Amino acid sequence: MKRRNVLAGAALAMSLGGAALAGSHEPVKVGFIYVGPVGDGGWTYEHNQGRLAVEEHFGDAVETVFQESVPEGADAERALTQMALQGADLIFTTSFGYMDPTINVAAKFPDVKFEHATGYKRADNVSTYSARFYEGRAVQGHIAGKMTKTNKVGYIASFPIPEVIRGINAAYIHAKKVNPDIEFSIIWAYTWFDPAKEADAANALIEQGADVILQHTDSTAPQAAAQGVDGVITFGQASDMSEYAPLPRVSSIIDNWAPYYIARTQAVIDGTWASVDTWDGIGPGMVEIGEISDAVPADVKAEAEAMRDAIAAGGYHPFTGPLKKQDGSDWLAEGEVADDGTLAGMNFYVEGLTATIPN
Amino acid sequence: MDLSSINPLVLIAALMVASTPILLAAIGELVVEKSGVLNLGVEGMMITGAICGFAVAVESGSPALGFLGAALGGAVLSLLFGVLTQYLLSNQVATGLALTLFGLGLSALMGQGYIGIKPPATGDVNFGPLADLPVLGIVLFSHDLMVYVSLALVAAVWAFLKYSRAGLILRAVGESHEAAHALGYKVVRVRLAAIAFGGACAGLGGAYLSLIRVPQWTEGMTAGAGWIALAIVVFASWKPWRVLLGAYLFGGVTVLQLNLQAAGLAVPVEYLSMSPYIITILVLVIMSSNRGRAALTAPAALGRSFHASS
Repeated sequence: MKRRNVLAGAALAMSLGGAALAGSHEPVKVGFIYVGPVGDGGWTYEHNQGRLAVEEHFGDAVETVFQESVPEGADAERALTQMALQGADLIFTTSFGYMDPTINVAAKFPDVKFEHATGYKRADNVSTYSARFYEGRAVQGHIAGKMTKTNKVGYIASFPIPEVIRGINAAYIHAKKVNPDIEFSIIWAYTWFDPAKEADAANALIEQGADVILQHTDSTAPQAAAQGVDGVITFGQASDMSEYAPLPRVSSIIDNWAPYYIARTQAVIDGTWASVDTWDGIGPGMVEIGEISDAVPADVKAEAEAMRDAIAAGGYHPFTGPLKKQDGSDWLAEGEVADDGTLAGMNFYVEGLTATIPN
Repeated sequence: MDLSSINPLVLIAALMVASTPILLAAIGELVVEKSGVLNLGVEGMMITGAICGFAVAVESGSPALGFLGAALGGAVLSLLFGVLTQYLLSNQVATGLALTLFGLGLSALMGQGYIGIKPPATGDVNFGPLADLPVLGIVLFSHDLMVYVSLALVAAVWAFLKYSRAGLILRAVGESHEAAHALGYKVVRVRLAAIAFGGACAGLGGAYLSLIRVPQWTEGMTAGAGWIALAIVVFASWKPWRVLLGAYLFGGVTVLQLNLQAAGLAVPVEYLSMSPYIITILVLVIMSSNRGRAALTAPAALGRSFHASS
């Protein structure tokens, strides 16, 4: 019985794939694989907002499906295969750890289009897309450097991958620029989503004197943990997290995936979809800076907004020389700007950070 | 690297808070397993307790009522498992797993309106001058009521199982349900009571997460704590005080590695995080290597269905 269902699903997938190519009126099926629950209030929440925007934009022409809390690794292949067998025409896999599973499953379903977020492996039917979160990190670093009283910034990191290391570097460079005494304490949580652990990490950092908490994990738990402590500020991550404004959350990085998801779905409908590598920042609107709250002094707010606008206009790049690597070797000369290749594979800290990157 | 920034007393206090949810869930599961029932739905009961407690606390403004609601919510959900496995004789492992999935979904549904809301604060118990004692003050007398409740619960379960007649009956049911039945004890009723107690404890553990430790409601916020509680029961070889030890060990390792990292020490996080599981495996290996002792520890009827006709 079960096998028959699978076979029926496979047959359906093929007929749907063929139908889409023939331009019939079958709705295009768009699938999403999420690493956390849609109600996490952060990363997955925003991807799901993008999915809802696709539904609203296309109405009956598109059908969307999603699966939440899919573990990164081998189990993701099962979830992806199932979604492809169910007849999805386009599948977005929205976490770094889905990279290899996406490539593997894509090889088995050449007619299905895949889009992998924040990765770097592509194929004829696999695109990659990501946002330049580090642009927002630069703005956060500036505010953090200006606001801290203890000169100690706590950073809750998830996994030691280039995207996270890039964020730490961008925040550190800009905090250091306005506050030479700044220190970063970095905790690797080794999870994207575990509210209790994220809250514990925030508490550990606060107990050890940090009064700014930056997070690269998905839940709002660090915000809740910081809420009860006087003088501690936080920044919303991936989503605005405005329910914790004006304090502790003083600003945020917001991921806006909706325009991209709509454009890619349109490309599948038109038959113009091709494998691409998209990496957009504040300028094109994929990254937004959440409103800077009144807890931030007016002059700091003005500077932060000026930096945001300069990055958006292309006049300023957060990784502009002179910059050295942590080991003291030269990286960027005066006025030189980091190239995308180095940024995409970033595996080193900049000079001044005292921690080491775990293997 | 600056280890002086870690205050060991604050660390121990944080460890107790971090361990309380898994301690509550584990002590409940211990009673369930002692009665011969294997309920793998701890995660589902915890998360349901988390949202029930959160919702009641927010609506009523009272954390105490919230915890009561959480215990009730967890117990009701566990009785679903109880009815299925005790009366309809469904497979306990499969039903328990289903209960976890059901609990995760149900809690997400119930929690729709509670995302981003702050729960009423739970105050610490006021011990007056005791809290100002050096060393002991911060470790023992600076917590919220639930930490003490969890410790009292461990003591109560220990005394109940070891000294009371009802505890003896419960253990008899878990060791040999046929013999207990032949003696005239109501096996199914005893087990249902144990299951409900386990559900209530798991619910309390979940509410401790959503009301005190995090404190907020987020879907899936237990993030595997229920599975750790199950591991702790095995680790403790079904002994209440060892459950306390196990829970503080699991919780302690988590808090310790976070603090070491915050202090800038390059610790191999993976090894620290896996160490409690390695110890659990070691305990299992040692237990099973000695047949006589293994027979003494795991309840003999664990996971077996009972019907009076058999």
